[in-house]
Amino acid sequence: MSLEVLGITVLMTFLFGYIIVGAIDFGAGFFNAYSLLTGKERILTNVIQRYLSPVWEVTNVFLVFFFVGMVGFFPSTAFYYGTTMLVPLSIALILLAIRGSYYAFETYGARGHKGYSFMYGLAGLLLPASLSIVLTISEGGFIDMVDGQPVLDYGALFTSPLTWSIVFLSIAATLYISAVFLTWYADKAGDRDATELLRKYALIWSLPTIITAGGIVWELRSHNAEHYNQLLGLWWMFALSGALFIGTVYLLWKRHNYGLAVWLLIGQFALAFYGYGIAHYPYLLYPHLTIHDSFTNPAMATALIIAFILGLGLLIPSLYLLLRLFLFNKDYVKGRKKDEHA
Amino acid sequence: MGNEEAVFFSRVLTELTLSFHIIYATIGVGVPLMIMIAQWVGIKKNDEHYILLARRWARGFVITVAVGVVTGTAIGMQLSLLWPNFMELAGHVIALPLFMETFAFFFEAIFLGIYLYTWDRFDNQKKHLLLLVPVALGASFSAVFITIVNAFMNAPQGFDIVDGNLVNIQPLVAMFNPAMPTKVAHVVITAYMTSAFVLAAIAAFRLLKGSNHEYHKKALFLTMKLGLIFSIGAAVIGDFSGKYLAEYQPEKLAAAEWHFETEGEAPLMLYGVLDGQEVKYAIKIPYALSILAHSDPTAEVIGLNEFPEDEIPPLYIHYLFDTMVMIGMFMILISGLYWLGRHLRWQFIHSRWYRWLIVAGGPLTIIAIEAGWWFAEVGRQPWILRDIMKVPEAATTSGHVDTMLYLFAALYLVLGVGSVVVLRRMFRNNPVEREIADREAEAIEGNRKGGDHR
Repeated sequence: MSLEVLGITVLMTFLFGYIIVGAIDFGAGFFNAYSLLTGKERILTNVIQRYLSPVWEVTNVFLVFFFVGMVGFFPSTAFYYGTTMLVPLSIALILLAIRGSYYAFETYGARGHKGYSFMYGLAGLLLPASLSIVLTISEGGFIDMVDGQPVLDYGALFTSPLTWSIVFLSIAATLYISAVFLTWYADKAGDRDATELLRKYALIWSLPTIITAGGIVWELRSHNAEHYNQLLGLWWMFALSGALFIGTVYLLWKRHNYGLAVWLLIGQFALAFYGYGIAHYPYLLYPHLTIHDSFTNPAMATALIIAFILGLGLLIPSLYLLLRLFLFNKDYVKGRKKDEHA
Repeated sequence: MGNEEAVFFSRVLTELTLSFHIIYATIGVGVPLMIMIAQWVGIKKNDEHYILLARRWARGFVITVAVGVVTGTAIGMQLSLLWPNFMELAGHVIALPLFMETFAFFFEAIFLGIYLYTWDRFDNQKKHLLLLVPVALGASFSAVFITIVNAFMNAPQGFDIVDGNLVNIQPLVAMFNPAMPTKVAHVVITAYMTSAFVLAAIAAFRLLKGSNHEYHKKALFLTMKLGLIFSIGAAVIGDFSGKYLAEYQPEKLAAAEWHFETEGEAPLMLYGVLDGQEVKYAIKIPYALSILAHSDPTAEVIGLNEFPEDEIPPLYIHYLFDTMVMIGMFMILISGLYWLGRHLRWQFIHSRWYRWLIVAGGPLTIIAIEAGWWFAEVGRQPWILRDIMKVPEAATTSGHVDTMLYLFAALYLVLGVGSVVVLRRMFRNNPVEREIADREAEAIEGNRKGGDHR
């Protein structure tokens, strides 16, 4: 495996990590706000807060890690994406800032403040949409080179069906991933009402998720034929992903083994995500930028990979400790321990 | 929008984001250390007040950390959005510390979450103290790594440019550049200093506002003592920074001191106004600039006239330098007198006016941090990478920077007001007297039931 491929694999893994933990987080914020609106907050808020509170800051780091790593391993992406993505990413940043800080304000400062919860929930729903624009642009066709500088064609971007398919997928998938995960978490907490409600949300959002996901493949056929053909070559990954999806829905339907359902869900998205990514090879921005011509020099690449391995040596045990203390700790999940926060 | 406008707005937006971020970032670096010290003192002296101090600081810290994290994410991404050409070039050479900074941040984030949610889980408070070590380390090391990136912009090295291409890249040489030791040390220690004085200001304010509780007195003494140590350290390292500038970035030092002619026995100017090349109404301290630059009262200091006109930083940085140094000196004086007064039983340190001075110290040190950063950053104008890339070559060509500037300005206003409102409400609704009473009642309740959860 060449250093480029190793680099992009590492980054994709972090992006995948962000997609999963971010989706749980964004969806949870939305369900929390929605439950306030529909008067069901007594059912949901407890479960959601218990999960979110110790991990909200960690979620954000996955994103920072991804974009810092991207510029580190592939400095030319700063030139192409940096120049063109100013508006969508600035909006994402503003939403992120509102979310992160208002979560802390609401949880630690002014418990039960409705305005904060709504801001938080709404921002969480818009965020996946604004971030997913990057995926759309990477398919090519939206950037023109003018005097050697990349310029984003907003008209083409906003009228393209591909853009809207990806936006809808990001929202549906966010709510679906989040609901499945929280169903399991609520079940573990022995909170029957929350489990039932979240299970219902999970089933509701499963259908739009799979329909939009299929729709994107279809869109690509006319938008980026090369990518589409490579996707077809990896049909087995998507077939397997679909099988796992059916498995998750089946388990939810039967109210059976929610833990396994979560793992199948992660497997489903991993297969689809990596399949989509591998089919995109070797382009980072079709057709302007490949991973080969944007890759950093060998000295920096080696240094980054060494730093990365050492860093993971620190991170993995710490993350494991975090999960053990809060996610896989029955007493904490059920709220039995006297774990009032500071 | 022409390129010139994009450059202008990019500069303003970067300055705005950083100026807002460093308030929270400085607190984010220093406060975990203060919490750790308070908790440690509490365990050592077996004094519940210090433990409660740690706990209440930690609670307020969460709010500042939240704003620090989100604005830090903003500046991290804005580097690529607003300065794409710079990041493309710099990414090849300086990505390593940037990457390491995210690891430090990750580490801190994980353990902060654990620390905050395990207050009553451990029987032994020492175990809980141990969780703070990675939080404080992570916080300080993110400052170290990100300051290394900034030091590189002042003293780029570790690569060669041949026909416009980067060759011979050495990431470690780029990290350990000459600006790095003084910059990193000064940033970290002034963050500790600022946090100590901000916390001291809070304690003094509570004492002024009628509470006469032992808790606030202990907090005040602890933070003033720490503040004294760190501010003396900051001054010593500041002196080293002056010597670094004289050696490697003489134009920054000369502009800060309005030193035009290269000459020996150079005086230090305080305040004053500039009329052409003539300094009026300034307080002159003879030989002091030569001493600051070379530890020798007769040493020659390079003047601004040695540099081409388009490579000289704006001369207003003189006032920023003065502001930073004056506040630093003032804080050493205030905390030094307080410490002496405690030992020699001087009564005036307990008077209202003296406490008001301590209260003023909180915002003043924040102003000093801002002034210091503005001085450091504006002082390397017109370069973004000294001697290699000028600011206009680095900026984005996007035409929407002005709109983004207004959006972010509104965001920071909302975050600034929000954090202040929440912090005030948090502590006003739960004064320390009530919390102590609550905890005592809880402990009695727990004993009566016979089951002590802690």
